[in-house]
Amino acid sequence: MDFTKGIKDGIPIALGYFSVSIAFGLMAVEAGCTWIEAMLISLTNLTSAGQFAGVTVLAHMGTYIEMALTQLVINSRYALMGISLSQKVNDRFKGIWRVILGFAITDEIFAVAIGQEGQLSRRYFAGLAIIPIIGWTSGTIVGAVLGNIMPEIITSALGVALYGMFIAVVVPKARENKHVLAVVAIAVTISVIIRYVPVFSGISAGFAIIICAVVASAAGAVFFPVKEEEQ
Amino acid sequence: MDFMSFVPYLIVMAGVTYLIRVIPFVLINKKIENRFINSFLYYIPYTVLSAMTFPAILYATGSMISAAAGLLTAIFIAYKGKGLLVVAIGACLAVFIVEVLMMAVA
Repeated sequence: MDFTKGIKDGIPIALGYFSVSIAFGLMAVEAGCTWIEAMLISLTNLTSAGQFAGVTVLAHMGTYIEMALTQLVINSRYALMGISLSQKVNDRFKGIWRVILGFAITDEIFAVAIGQEGQLSRRYFAGLAIIPIIGWTSGTIVGAVLGNIMPEIITSALGVALYGMFIAVVVPKARENKHVLAVVAIAVTISVIIRYVPVFSGISAGFAIIICAVVASAAGAVFFPVKEEEQ
Repeated sequence: MDFMSFVPYLIVMAGVTYLIRVIPFVLINKKIENRFINSFLYYIPYTVLSAMTFPAILYATGSMISAAAGLLTAIFIAYKGKGLLVVAIGACLAVFIVEVLMMAVA
């Protein structure tokens, strides 16, 4: 029952992942990966921003340290999501289940899971994760294999698919909750400042995200503390 | 890329990403009672995703004009309460249409 509901909720995420990962497959091949390598990256990483950054490190054969640091900075938000999720799961979702299913913490899977009423079961989470993993990996293969025969206008349009998914998570919540709207406005403002004010030009994209998220969320926690029943 | 030199990169990349996800998720078993921390964590997904989106989305397509069209379309459709997929496809379509129009004008 829970598992089936998870599967169902995972389908829209998977379709979004499929189209976004075509863009990733394309980029990976441009960076010098074979389609099998591109596929392996998606299957084992299951993350958008981290993979895009990782492939740029691969392209210039950067050091392993650079690769590790890039992933650490860009993906550290998952640590925060993991903590957040640990507060939401039921008593049976522990130990080995967290070791296995924790792999599937992504922005979208997290957002859907955390948005559920009540506690989270491992069956639901497993169902939620499985189709997006398949979608992300198979889209990568399609992009890597067919990328060079796709017209530029198509690949350009696919460039916003990922952001479209992010917007679909944020906007409905910001609409119903003024505090979320305010916190999002703070995050976006800082993001714009870091991007365009020359003093901050040395800050990498991954690190910029962390600064924005931590400052805005802390401001939210100070000025708009969340009541117990809202969580 | 040579597969043998690719594999260590893959292991580092996937390993770091996995450990970031799993270590906090596995280690924290008690409910956090601190209201500040709970509120902070509540806001995290929304601040992360919005900071990742803007202004980066403006540079994600062939031109800033088509990207802006994609952004506004996505916000509009999401505001109407449509799901993930509809918003993503709508944004892509908006970019596509604007780029076709721009080619027609140019």
